[in-house]
Amino acid sequence: MTLRDWFADRARSRQLVDSDRIRREMPDGLWTKCNHCSAPLYNKDLEANLQVCPKCGYHFRVSAWTRIGQLVDEGTFSQTHASIRSTDPLGFVDTKPYKVRLEESYDRLGDGDGVITGAADIEGTTIQLAVMDFAFMGGSMGSAVGEKITRTIEDAHEAHRPLIIVTASGGARMQEGTLSLMQMAKTSSALAQFAEGGGLYLAILADPTTGGVSASFATLADILISEPAAVIGFAGRRVIEQTIRQKAPPEFQTAEWLLKYGALDMIVPRSSLRPMLGQLLRMHAGQPATVA
Amino acid sequence: MESSRLTSRKLVFDFERPIVEIEDEIEEFKRLAAQNEVNLDDEIARLTERVTAARQTIYRQLKPVQRVQVARHPSRPSALDYIQNICEGFVELHGDRQGYDDRAIVGGLASFEGRTIVVVANQKGRDTKDNIMRNFGMAHPEGYRKALRLFRHAGKFGLPVLTLIDTPGAYPGIEAEQRGQSAAIALNLFEMSRLPVPIVSVVIGEGSSGGAMGIGVSDRILMLEHSYYAVISPEGCAAILWKDPSKAKMAAEAMGITAEDLLRLGIADEIIPEPLGGAHQDPLAAAHNLKAALGPHLAELSRLGAYELVERRAAKYRAMGRFIEEF
Ligand SMILES: [Zn+2]
Repeated sequence: MTLRDWFADRARSRQLVDSDRIRREMPDGLWTKCNHCSAPLYNKDLEANLQVCPKCGYHFRVSAWTRIGQLVDEGTFSQTHASIRSTDPLGFVDTKPYKVRLEESYDRLGDGDGVITGAADIEGTTIQLAVMDFAFMGGSMGSAVGEKITRTIEDAHEAHRPLIIVTASGGARMQEGTLSLMQMAKTSSALAQFAEGGGLYLAILADPTTGGVSASFATLADILISEPAAVIGFAGRRVIEQTIRQKAPPEFQTAEWLLKYGALDMIVPRSSLRPMLGQLLRMHAGQPATVA
Repeated sequence: MESSRLTSRKLVFDFERPIVEIEDEIEEFKRLAAQNEVNLDDEIARLTERVTAARQTIYRQLKPVQRVQVARHPSRPSALDYIQNICEGFVELHGDRQGYDDRAIVGGLASFEGRTIVVVANQKGRDTKDNIMRNFGMAHPEGYRKALRLFRHAGKFGLPVLTLIDTPGAYPGIEAEQRGQSAAIALNLFEMSRLPVPIVSVVIGEGSSGGAMGIGVSDRILMLEHSYYAVISPEGCAAILWKDPSKAKMAAEAMGITAEDLLRLGIADEIIPEPLGGAHQDPLAAAHNLKAALGPHLAELSRLGAYELVERRAAKYRAMGRFIEEF
């Protein structure tokens, strides 16, 4: 097994994982088949159930905007730093120029560039919020994502507000080379300053959170929360299996597996996420906690 | 002499073939001269000059992927080779104090130009057996925790930190994940960014991804001429973006991973020249160059107070990245 083979395999496994998780809408556009139990689900029901399968509890991935809608008090979100966009510092071309990939992603998904940031209330507590979008180039962290995350940390610091980040990312954005690697240090440095100021940081590690995002700001929160069956890890499953020449157990790198080994504080089903955040925020605000 | 030559012959890169051809010719001339008792010194001297000229030409024009090959050369000096040659009285300190001593990371106290420093480094093996013990320079979480423990020691006693980066990446394994590889690296970034003592990092070989970054947050980043520093290995990038690992050459060029690239991008602060043909051709000269480059940086940083050091480091990383903001 050469290093090359590992990586070839890693690429294949990523494609598999991604296509596995995509919502497969049925031809009439009204129904979606559950990725886990294959039940046909009426899209309206799925939406009402926060994109969680009512039959088996499978948590579909959600876009940043959908997530914001599910988490914050209605009408309280005000977006920040929306004018920050990726550029192409290296003139990077693989099978397609990075510039073209970016344009296509902006056209398809809007201006988020992998993360939407802003201020909002959650059960009455005002917070600074960053929500990553896996659909935008795998939620990869380039300079724009790193800058928006950093500014959100600074906004929370300056406004003395709690910080909440919802992560969903395959890692660093390779098309920006070593500059993307440096975003790990940049975001971690901002968090260290925020922590010195006594700021509260809650992270929700959504499916998937891996690589350079998992090895930087995602795991530096005061409290780490995930959703059922979310995949969280440093290296990809296939790379690991090829390296050690054995199969990893099925539960490997799931939120449940991480909880068992002490890497997470809790797994919260999507329907309980907002009340749990509300409770944690109140508990750190010196206010009496109420059971949600 | 003969055996070391044979050893080095095994490690010749494709791009060095023209050099080897002339070297073979020299050997042939020497053999003929001895056999026939004739003096071919002039011819041999002329060919020796041609070897140097050829090596200069080739190494001046190395492609990024060839740089990566040089950075991975099995005889390339490892962190301990540099530590032993640039410092005095190295006292190795072991263990993370939580159950393990990861040998893929070495660290300890040393005297550099009369000043006590803390050294933390990725350590690759110097032979197969050593490489197995060192896990080919790929650390587990315990390695990063050992590093962190030593960084804290440096902070407590006001000792400058030198980190030597040389890793193909943090180890991808089940136990590494189980014991918190991501969190261990993240915590190092977090604490290094606020450590109240000077930190200088030198990329001596491979600087690959989060595994390198985990000991790489610093006031100054120096790079040996043929080292590389990348977000992912060129093979990994090629496999993911081109769906073809054999496109590593293109990936290496596209990602901008050489010392010159990183200097231009404002990530590296200085390039340390290597002896002709790479550090493995003359490890002592390479160590000498590293020491000469390191001295002024450590001296300069040591004049700054803790507050100013940390603020400058924060400002440095704050400014990293290229994006556009449209109003
Ligand atoms: Zn289902």
